[in-house]
Amino acid sequence: MSSTSNEIVLRAHGLVKRYGDFSAVDGIDFEVRRGESFGILGPNGAGKSTTMKMISAVSKRTDGELTILGKDPNLKGPEIRAHLGVVPQKDLLDRELKAWENLFVYGRYFGLPRKWLRTKVDELLAFAQLEDKRNSKVDEMSGGMQRRLAIARGLVNEPEILLLDEPTTGLDPQARHVLWDRLFRLRENGVTIILTTHYMDEAEQLCDRLVVMDAGKIMAEGAPADLIKQYASKEVLELRFGTDRNEETASKVVAFGERVEVLPDRVLLYTEDGEGSLERVIDAGLKPVTSLVRRASLEDVFLRLTGRSLVD
Amino acid sequence: MSDLKFTPGTRVDVRRAVRGGSWYVAEYRLRNMSHWWAAIMAFGLGNPVLYLVSVGIGIGGLVDKASGGHLLGGVPYLQFVAPALLASAAIQGVMDEVTFPVLEGFTWTQHFYAINSTSVSPRQIANGVIIAAIARGIWTVVLYGGILLLFGAIPLSSVLPLAASSLIAGIAWSAVIMAVSANVVNDDGVFAIIGRFVIAPMFLFSGTFYPLSLMPIYLQWIGWISPLWHSTQLGRDFTIGEVEPVWLVATHYAYFAVLLGLGLTITYRAFVRKLSE
Repeated sequence: MSSTSNEIVLRAHGLVKRYGDFSAVDGIDFEVRRGESFGILGPNGAGKSTTMKMISAVSKRTDGELTILGKDPNLKGPEIRAHLGVVPQKDLLDRELKAWENLFVYGRYFGLPRKWLRTKVDELLAFAQLEDKRNSKVDEMSGGMQRRLAIARGLVNEPEILLLDEPTTGLDPQARHVLWDRLFRLRENGVTIILTTHYMDEAEQLCDRLVVMDAGKIMAEGAPADLIKQYASKEVLELRFGTDRNEETASKVVAFGERVEVLPDRVLLYTEDGEGSLERVIDAGLKPVTSLVRRASLEDVFLRLTGRSLVD
Repeated sequence: MSDLKFTPGTRVDVRRAVRGGSWYVAEYRLRNMSHWWAAIMAFGLGNPVLYLVSVGIGIGGLVDKASGGHLLGGVPYLQFVAPALLASAAIQGVMDEVTFPVLEGFTWTQHFYAINSTSVSPRQIANGVIIAAIARGIWTVVLYGGILLLFGAIPLSSVLPLAASSLIAGIAWSAVIMAVSANVVNDDGVFAIIGRFVIAPMFLFSGTFYPLSLMPIYLQWIGWISPLWHSTQLGRDFTIGEVEPVWLVATHYAYFAVLLGLGLTITYRAFVRKLSE
């Protein structure tokens, strides 16, 4: 379990980022406590990465208030960044340098002593399970390894807050699980983690609390389980009747659950008892082509809040 | 598998980190350059030796013989071209480190964005690149200057001022080129264009191989706006005792100051803009 204190390490109030007439982030409010694992969930273009750039003390806000570790990033960017670990969406590793050099050089940017860094680099390579890739160049490593190296790089300055922008995008399931395990360990050790993702399973696995963003705004905020409880039912029955029949059958199916959503390829029936609802659907002679009962997820929360799927 | 234990936020000496950013970036650039040490070494040695043998001694021999030493006021051709060759090498050496490395940092590996996530500021990233480029310039000038001495192309007493004036030209010109590099969005061959249409004419029409005054007046302006000509003139003051009026010497230095100021202003703006978007 992570140990979360009441100390606020990041506070955003009415945070806005505009590019010309376009508001990428449109007046959002949230707080992150020390030791917390906080997620920003949303589809591509929701404003997650823009928010991340602002809380990385890199991109200046257009309006609103933002305090990171008690300081204003518009005024104290370098001082704040000295205590942040940043894992950007693109790894941005130096491909001319070996794995250990990438960590060493990055540590030097923080003015860390060379002698201390030599030990630290080995410790980080072990943590990232990359000891045998110590002298490999970046291009000789798999995508998962490069991602772990980028995370190790983000930890070289022993940061107060670790920021991860889409940490597992493009990774295969095994690489994702290895990476989640590494992040779990950090979380257990009290590192404050802020991550963006459009994977709901990742958000559920890693986040104590999260905000759901869409079109630059926060749609909901809370613990994953609480959000699911608030915006979705306990279970979801997924029914496929064929593309032509989904829409017309939905109006009949709704009688067997609390609420129904029609997607292009399937009908989602929100219910407290998925198996029971499925039996009643079949008893009514509706004959789905395929059916699946699953636990409600953040995907359903997002669908409820925006009327769209996360992968639209 | 190993666990990672630390007390978050206690390791970095913030004051030291924030102050030293430029030097840490320079250290990175030098480490990166060290991967190409053989090429830098070969270029540093091969370039002066080949030029001195072919142009200084080869063509120089013909010029001196044909003119009986009168064409250049009794100065051997090798000694005439030496300051220009050194200035040209300094300009090329420093410039090499502010063209593709900047394009790489912003466009290819985008490593500048990674550096920008640390306590280093955008201006410090630019400064670090410049410091490393100056180091490369010093290396080039020391090596080239040493070979010029060995060939008897310059007097020992002129080494330091000649090296300084060549390096100043390299730094000032590179500030301008870095301003261009920092504003390149895609690698669309801009440096090839600069090489063909700026560097090559500059090398040919800056009084490098013969006095600017011997060229037609409608070509002399190329020399006047060329950092190579200004540096070569200063160099010849030191090596072969050409005496220029004080106002012209002051103009040479003022010209470099303008290039440097203009180049750095545009460079810093581009770095801050790109890294703060």
